Amino acid sequence: MTEEQSHIISAIVEHKPGVLYSVANMFRRRGFNIESISVGPTEQSDLARMTMTVKGDERTIEQVIKQLNKLIDVIKVSRLNPASIVARELALIKVHALDTKARSDVINYADIFRARVVDVSSESLMVEITGDSDKIDAFLGLMKPFGVKEVARTGITALSRGAKSVKIEE
Amino acid sequence: MVEMTGAQALIETLRRQKVEVIFGIPGGALIPIHDILRDSDIRHILVRHEQCAAHAADGYARASGRPGVCMATSGPGATNLVTGIANAYLDSSPVIALTGQVNTFSPNSSYMIGRDSFQEADTVGITIPITKHNYQVKEASEIPKTVKMAFHIATTGRPGPVLIDIPKNVQTESSEMEFPDDIEIRGYKPKTEPHPLQVKRAVELLLEAERPMVLAGGGVIISNASPELLALAEFLMMPVATTLMGKGCFPENHPLSMGDVGMHGTRVANKLILEADVLLAVGTRFSDRTVGNLDQFCPDAKIIHIDIDTAEIGKNVEVDIPIVADAKETLSVIYQLLVYQLKQKEKSPWFDRVQKLKEQLQDRIDLGGCDLNPPLLLSELGKILPDNTIVTTEVGQNQMWAALYLKRRKPRTFISSGGLGTMGFGFPAAIGAKVACPNCSVVDIAGDGSFIMTEQELGCSVMEKIPVTVVVMNNSMLGMVAQWQRLFYDRRYSAVELGNVPDFVKLAEAYGAEGVRVGSLKEFLKAIKEALKSEVTTVIDVPISPEENVFPMVPAGKGLKDVITG
Ligand SMILES: Cc1ncc(C[n+]2csc(CCOP(=O)(O)OP(=O)(O)O)c2C)c(N)n1
Repeated sequence: MTEEQSHIISAIVEHKPGVLYSVANMFRRRGFNIESISVGPTEQSDLARMTMTVKGDERTIEQVIKQLNKLIDVIKVSRLNPASIVARELALIKVHALDTKARSDVINYADIFRARVVDVSSESLMVEITGDSDKIDAFLGLMKPFGVKEVARTGITALSRGAKSVKIEE
Repeated sequence: MVEMTGAQALIETLRRQKVEVIFGIPGGALIPIHDILRDSDIRHILVRHEQCAAHAADGYARASGRPGVCMATSGPGATNLVTGIANAYLDSSPVIALTGQVNTFSPNSSYMIGRDSFQEADTVGITIPITKHNYQVKEASEIPKTVKMAFHIATTGRPGPVLIDIPKNVQTESSEMEFPDDIEIRGYKPKTEPHPLQVKRAVELLLEAERPMVLAGGGVIISNASPELLALAEFLMMPVATTLMGKGCFPENHPLSMGDVGMHGTRVANKLILEADVLLAVGTRFSDRTVGNLDQFCPDAKIIHIDIDTAEIGKNVEVDIPIVADAKETLSVIYQLLVYQLKQKEKSPWFDRVQKLKEQLQDRIDLGGCDLNPPLLLSELGKILPDNTIVTTEVGQNQMWAALYLKRRKPRTFISSGGLGTMGFGFPAAIGAKVACPNCSVVDIAGDGSFIMTEQELGCSVMEKIPVTVVVMNNSMLGMVAQWQRLFYDRRYSAVELGNVPDFVKLAEAYGAEGVRVGSLKEFLKAIKEALKSEVTTVIDVPISPEENVFPMVPAGKGLKDVITG
């Protein structure tokens, strides 16, 4: 397996200033290709979870995991198997919608994708959508003809299914 | 619990860590610490440039195996440390760097972190990629624990530099202090025992091997695994080659010693590695300078790789049997299992081949009519230096001549900037080594260009009474760069002629050190003998031809078989 693929890596890290910087810096310094990174608190207040999507062949991904493990503030690293995880991304999309036809079309598409309209102005609609990245890409594709004014995507966050957990004993 | 200031707590914690010396230079953001240091029994050695504080701490650590400590003020003091820290990082040396920082908070002034205050630099941000870990202490009460964690991280697993940035108000603030005996770092649990299954596979492979060979790196020295390596190599009659960082871990006068592998390796080591069928690589990261062209590196060998750092496994070279563990423990287990299964190996055809090649490919020293020929000088020097004399080197031709020709027999007696290749390292590292091992003589093999980069430490060595010997291989050239320009750029010299190198004899004397210029091998050896006895640092100026090349050499990017010998 030497093809470049996207992989999802989940890391539990110390929840303190500077950790994101040292992780991001490691990726930059070693020339790893990071597609997205998301960080947030966990069920333990002194820990944070980082979810990273990284592109590379098998050997590169192994190096990424080892180099992450080497950082002192990174406590646990795991590679999530795409077949057994729930991976989600959230996107906010501002779409041009001047006339009623455009508006109802956007709203219909949003319904199909189980997205929600969260803001309305005279010229545009803002849609909130969650799902895996493919779903968001597909929705964005449909919105293109209307005119996409702005997009904000969170990057992927993920957990593995079932009872198993990437968690730290207290 | 005792009430004290941050500065007092720092010195108390260092004392508890058995720190005896700190190399440093004071400054505004460090005055509270130097004030406490004045009355403590920790010796402060005043260097003349912070880069040398870090190199001296590094030399101290490499010579003794104990962590070395350096200290610099905020801003320029800290940025001056950077080269020395990066050097320690690439060579896995346990250096503790302490830096002053502007206040975290000032009631009536903007002398504060984040305000671009006087002498503020983002030391933690700057040093993240060149430290094993770093800290900024925000409260005085955190000092004892933070310092203890820093020492633990610097000295365990794969060692490396750790920096602690201490804002000035944290130094002066008082607090109830607790000095913990045990610390727990949840993201850091280095493991040292080898996995039994991997060891078993390694033993099987070694038993089957017809042409086994060892490649020993700096990790063997760090883990004090020389006795285990010697026992194993003798038991299996395996030739041992070292990397530049591993030099000294195996006695170079031993029949199984093949010298260094790599760009400036010996011809025999570079040849044997191509013939080996099993390579036992210990404590090495297969750096580009060692391996040359990756595709042509030991093409016929299965590789067993022992390293304490998981991330080194498969980073540069793909290996067959990885063992993530301490070198000493692993070699000892492998040896015991072998002894249990096998009687000592008979002299095999491989052993005969090794000895024959070693004889044939000896790098003969070409006298070329000139007495002051670096290979000759250094191989003769190797014969008269006591086993426990510590040799440091600068960077360039001087370093490679020393690696090739100056034979060492004991670990920690050859100290060189392998990873970063830092000119100016050797002299301050020699000072640090001498402080760590006051009963050993220390000799820095230098080039004129490198020595000029840190020569100001003559002031430190004289004032602090730390006598070392500096041998300047003086070609008035940035010799190694000149060599590349001669060999690969059609002799088009560019920016390599130093022209007016100072008169090193006068320079030494100006600092109150001794200086002597030699004109023959005999004078050189005499000067060395006197220098080793001298109470004061001696600079020996050795004029050599600017046209000398270091051979053998494997040009960058070529395979180890593509040795050129002049
Ligand atoms: C700090 C630093 N700057 C530049 C270099 C690049 N460099 C490598 S060898 C060398 C020449 C060294 O000259 P000298 O110390 O006189 O030693 P020689 O090669 O002549 O023995 C230079 C400039 C380096 N290694 N380190």
